[in-house]
Amino acid sequence: MSSAAPARRLPVVVSIVVALMVMIAPLPDWAVTFRPDWLTLTLIYWAIWLPRSWSVGSAWLAGLVLDVAQGTLLGQHALALCIVVFVTVRLHLLMRVFPVSQLTATVFSLLALYQFILFWTNGVAGVPVAAIHYWAPVISGAIFWPLVTMLLHGARMRAQ
Amino acid sequence: MAIYRSDNANLARIPALGIRVLACIAMSIVLMVIDHRQNHLDALRKAIGAAVYPVQIVVDAPFRLWNWLTDSVADRGALQSELARLEAERLLTRAELLQLTALRAENDRLRKLLDARARSHDDIRVAEILSVDANPYRHNIVIGIGTRDGVYEGQAIVDANGVVGQVLEVGLTTSQAILISDPSHALPIEVSRNGLRTIAKGTGAFDRLDLPFLPNNADIRAGDVLVTSGLGGAFPAGYPVAVVDSVNRIPQEPFADVTAVPSSALDQVREVLLIWAGAAAEGANE
Repeated sequence: MSSAAPARRLPVVVSIVVALMVMIAPLPDWAVTFRPDWLTLTLIYWAIWLPRSWSVGSAWLAGLVLDVAQGTLLGQHALALCIVVFVTVRLHLLMRVFPVSQLTATVFSLLALYQFILFWTNGVAGVPVAAIHYWAPVISGAIFWPLVTMLLHGARMRAQ
Repeated sequence: MAIYRSDNANLARIPALGIRVLACIAMSIVLMVIDHRQNHLDALRKAIGAAVYPVQIVVDAPFRLWNWLTDSVADRGALQSELARLEAERLLTRAELLQLTALRAENDRLRKLLDARARSHDDIRVAEILSVDANPYRHNIVIGIGTRDGVYEGQAIVDANGVVGQVLEVGLTTSQAILISDPSHALPIEVSRNGLRTIAKGTGAFDRLDLPFLPNNADIRAGDVLVTSGLGGAFPAGYPVAVVDSVNRIPQEPFADVTAVPSSALDQVREVLLIWAGAAAEGANE
């Protein structure tokens, strides 16, 4: 945390807040199912490029806020996000040199892991959710990943 | 390369990563268990909710702006006809209201004669829907009213046409509410024609409620109006809920297959009314 001066932290904080806003913006019924996990994508991106300043702790806090905003079990998204970000940080050097196709495949697996943790906690807590609600955001998230990297690239230039 | 200045000093090792992730996992699990079992975390939820409130306002702003724009550019003719319609409606309502006052007085008098407890009149306030979280397994809304205005958990929410839902969680200035169409929501109702009591369950579709506990010989038919029975404690009695649209009696099944259409257009409302019902209101407002 110490290495990031406030001015450098700002772009990352802004990107996380924007991702949260997109997560809770009202959408038409058909689009809600396919809403990518913008917050997860954003946190994966920062975990790849700035793992020292933005890793499991910030992911956990962001997940807690998402839990409150979406009214889910408190700690559910926090758990899923901190595990996904942990895996990302462990692989970050590898992921930096991956070509786009391979990186997208890795992000796909990370999103699947994220949804699996949500699925598992929902199952333990007894919340019924259909299979499509787990798979749709994984697929749309992988599709939107290149867009997220493009959007966040500018922010990263300012954050480093 | 200057880009990697801060992060490449010591390549692979991020200090204490394992310990940090274990701590986070432990905290998440503790939070989830406490949150699932009891409601001890309401204060924490409210604190984070208050922090998220500005974000919700910003997210909602474009929709407000759009509504405001469509309102302000409506053409003169449309406005005038709307005005005429509203004026006619107002006259009609006023006439009915005059009658209502007389009827209410008469009702109170008759109740006194019968030595019954006088019916308290419900207090009502308008709230705006800030956001909607709707998928087939959850129908929740966030409304822009909270503890500051005396909202309490389990409070009934209606609109001009009928029952909408009830409050789940209360924050300082916003509250989460569950719609009656949520599949985990059940509402005690009665058929207004004959007082037959049953339960209306949400189905996950905005335009359908199920009445799963009616025997095949129950006196119910399409077109019956369902109103709240007031027996669940959450909803005051007598608010319209839905209209029965199909009754399918299956001889080999213990229960008939009865569905109803909610009176309020749950997927179209923007403003809702919160009810402070009789006795509960005194506790909540003081």
